[in-house]
Amino acid sequence: MIKKLAPFLFIVFTILLLSACFKAYRSKIRIDGSSTVYPVTEAVAEEYRAEHGDVKLTVGVSGTGGGLRKLARHEIEIANASRPISRGEIGLCRKNGVEFIELPVCYDGIVIVVNPENDFVDYLSVSELKKIWEPAAQGRIRTWKQVRDTWPDKPLHLYGAGTSSGTYDYFTEAINGTAHSSRGDYTASEDDNVLVQGVSGDRHALGYFGLAYYLENKNILRLIPVKNDRVAGPQEAVYPNDSTIMQGLYSPLARPEFMYVNLEAAKREEVKEFIRFYMQHAGKLVRELGYIPFPEQGYRLIQQRFDAQHRGSLFEHRSHVGMNMMDFLKEAE
Amino acid sequence: MNKQRTHQRKDTAFRYLALACTGLGLLVLALLLYDIFARGSGRLSWDFITHLPSRFPEKAGILTALAGMVSVMVLTMIFAFPVGIATGIYLEEYGTRNRFARILEINIANLAGVPSIIYGILGLEIFVRFCRLGNSILAGALTLALLILPVIVVSTREAIRAVPRSFREGSLAMGATQWQTIWNVVLPSAFGGIITGLILAISRAIGETAPLIVVGALVYVPFIPEGPLDQFTVLPVQIFNWISRPQAGFATNAAAAIIVLLTFTFVLNGIAVYLRHKWYKKVKH
Repeated sequence: MIKKLAPFLFIVFTILLLSACFKAYRSKIRIDGSSTVYPVTEAVAEEYRAEHGDVKLTVGVSGTGGGLRKLARHEIEIANASRPISRGEIGLCRKNGVEFIELPVCYDGIVIVVNPENDFVDYLSVSELKKIWEPAAQGRIRTWKQVRDTWPDKPLHLYGAGTSSGTYDYFTEAINGTAHSSRGDYTASEDDNVLVQGVSGDRHALGYFGLAYYLENKNILRLIPVKNDRVAGPQEAVYPNDSTIMQGLYSPLARPEFMYVNLEAAKREEVKEFIRFYMQHAGKLVRELGYIPFPEQGYRLIQQRFDAQHRGSLFEHRSHVGMNMMDFLKEAE
Repeated sequence: MNKQRTHQRKDTAFRYLALACTGLGLLVLALLLYDIFARGSGRLSWDFITHLPSRFPEKAGILTALAGMVSVMVLTMIFAFPVGIATGIYLEEYGTRNRFARILEINIANLAGVPSIIYGILGLEIFVRFCRLGNSILAGALTLALLILPVIVVSTREAIRAVPRSFREGSLAMGATQWQTIWNVVLPSAFGGIITGLILAISRAIGETAPLIVVGALVYVPFIPEGPLDQFTVLPVQIFNWISRPQAGFATNAAAAIIVLLTFTFVLNGIAVYLRHKWYKKVKH
C-alpha cells in the first residue's frame, strides 16, 4: 500500500516544494466589489504591476454590496462600487470604526438598443421608456403601437438587466422613479452578453445594458438616442458617447462608478501610489474598456480629494441619479 | 407463433431505440467538442498557459488559474482522502448494522446528491467567515473536500464490499487481528476500486465552479499563490469570468481554457479506467 502510494506522495511533495520558491512581496492591496468597475480596476492593476511588481494586488468580484460589506469589516483596503454607499452600509462602517474616502472613477452609459431590422424607432423619450418599463406596464404594454401611435402594431419584446445587477438598480430609479420597481415580464439576465444575443436575434426586441457591450457588438444592434423630456427647455434626442456623457447631456442614463478606500489604508505608501497611478491612467484605460472618463480636471479634483483625506460620502443625503459629477466635485471642493 | 414474432419485433425495436439514445448522447457530445475545438484550438499555445491574466484577450493566460487549481486540488486531496477512506473502512468493517448505521448510510448517499452551491454557502459561512480564512486556497480546498467526501465514502465502501468474505475469514482464521486483516487483505484487494473512486471524486472537484465563486474565487490574481492563505482563482472560474466579458476575444480564450480543463478531466478519468481494468484482471486470478 505504502509503496503504491509512494509516487503519489512524491508528486505532492514536489509540488509543495516547488510552490516554496516564493517571491518576496512588499505589501498587499486587496480590492473587491462591483463587477462593472472590475474591468477598470483590473486594467489599472495590470499596468500598475508592470511598474510595482512587489505589491500583491488582488481584485475580486463579489458585487457592490458584497465589496462594501467587506470594506466595513476590515477585510479589504478598497471597495469597487457601481453606486454610492448606502446609509445602512455607512452605519455598518461607523459601527466597526471604519472610515473611508469616496472616489468617483468614471461613468458607465446605459444604452437603449433595438434589432438592426427595426427601422421605425427614431428615438425614445424618458417618459416613453417609463411607459414601457414601469410596473403598471406589466402584461399591458405589448406592442410598439402602444408606445407611440405612429409605430406599427407589432409585438414588443423586452430584454433587460437582471434584478441583482447594478444596472437594474440604476435604470429603474432613473426611468421609473424608484429603484427596484420594474415590470417583471421581460427577459432578464445579469450577463449582458445574453442580452446582446437576445436583441440581435429578435426583430421585435428592445433592450438596455452597459455601453461597453454595445461598443463590442455595434454591427448586430441598433443604438437608440434618448430624449430627456423631464427637464424644462428645448429637448433633443441624445446618443451616448464620450462627449455627451462627459458633458452630462446623456441624462439620466449615465451612471457614475466609485471606489471606496479605507482611510487607515489610504495612509499607506503603496495605496497612495496605487491611487495616484489610478487617477493618472484612468482617463485612457477607461475609454479602452468602453466606459466614459471624467474630464482631466475631474481626476485632478478627485486626487485632491484623496490627498486631503476627505472622508464620508457626497451622496449620503441626496440621489446620484442624473447628476453631473463635475458639478458635484467642484461644489465639494 | 404470432406472439413470438411480436416479441421479436419488440426486441428489435428496443435495440434500435437504445442505439438511437446512445447515438444522440454521443452526437451532442461530439457537437460540443467540435464547437469548443473549432473556437479554441487556435488560441492554445505555451504562452496561453504561462501568461498572467490580462485585459487584452490576446495577451491573457491561465497561469494563475492553473496554479490555483493545482494548489486547491492538492490540499483537497490531503483533507478529503484520508478522512473519506477511513470513514468508508469504519462503516464497512467495524460499524454494526443497526438503525443508526442505516440512517447514516442514507444520509451519506443523500449528501452525495446535494447541489454543490449548498456546499459553497456552507464553506462561506464556516471557513471564510467563522474561521476567518478569507477567500483563501485553504477555504476553497476545505469546501471542495466537504463536497467530495460523500463520493469518496460511498465508493470506498463499495470497493471494500466487493472483497469476498472468504478472504477476511481466511485471514482471521490464521490468527490475524481485524486491523491486520484490513491492512493486508482487504485494502490491497479493494485498492483499485478505492483509487478509482478517489480519481472520479477529484475530477468532479476540478470542474466545480459555483461553490468556489461563492467562496470568493472570482478574482484577478496576478501572482502564483505562495501559501494556503493566499487568494486564488481556478480554471472553471476563469472561464466563467471570460465568458461574461464584452470582447469577443475572451470567448475564444474561454474555449481554449475549456480544452485545457477537458484535458485534465480526460486524463484523470483515463487513469481511473486504466486502474479499474488492471484491478479487475488481478482479482480474477
